[in-house]
Amino acid sequence: MIKIVFFAALREQLECAELSIPANEVSSVADIKTKLASKNEHWQQVFSNSALLSAINHDMVQKDAQVKSGDEVAFFPPVTGG
Amino acid sequence: MTTFNTCNAVKISIQTQDYRLADEVALLEKDNDIDGAVVTFTGRVRNKNEGLQVSGLFLEHYTGMTEKSLEKIILEAQERWKIGRISVIHRIGELVIGEQIVFVGVTSMHRQDAFAAAEFIMDFLKVQAPFWKKELTEKGEKWLDAKQSDNQQAQQWKN
Repeated sequence: MIKIVFFAALREQLECAELSIPANEVSSVADIKTKLASKNEHWQQVFSNSALLSAINHDMVQKDAQVKSGDEVAFFPPVTGG
Repeated sequence: MTTFNTCNAVKISIQTQDYRLADEVALLEKDNDIDGAVVTFTGRVRNKNEGLQVSGLFLEHYTGMTEKSLEKIILEAQERWKIGRISVIHRIGELVIGEQIVFVGVTSMHRQDAFAAAEFIMDFLKVQAPFWKKELTEKGEKWLDAKQSDNQQAQQWKN
């Protein structure tokens, strides 16, 4: 399984903080995004936002980064701390 | 009060409670007679943003990744400059106008290294550390949009 977590405005838009997907269905962050976007029209619209950032196991990554079973993959809007 | 990790002279604290500037400076200076410079930065909640009156903020973060990203930023600062101790405090949860949000403190033998490292750490914290601000304004709640100027500011260090 791959654990997927969402933060801030993205979590509120999706009304979902986390979910899991089978690792054999995806190989990259981009695959996960495509799979999530296929859930319904609302999710498709939310994931069409190209500004969304992603991380694997707490490290920021690009869309082509590979994922494996046991990974925690996060999606979130550009950060606004400080 | 969290103390320094004695192995790497670094303190990172993500906390809901406030901190006292004097205590943090004392911690940077205690038993540290080698460093002649102490630079600190404090970020606070402003009363206005983009023309709207702000009554407060809510700060969310990604537990685990926040600490990891700050460690990476600090490590890069340690590689670039000759610095002594580094302290980063970031508050989370609800904050009202005037409250302290973020603290960066750096010591070094001479001032240039501490000034540069403190600015570098803040610039990258702004664009890499997973914190998000939700503003409570007169028109309701609003997640802040990231500023392009913050990205440009961080990019400048790559030259």
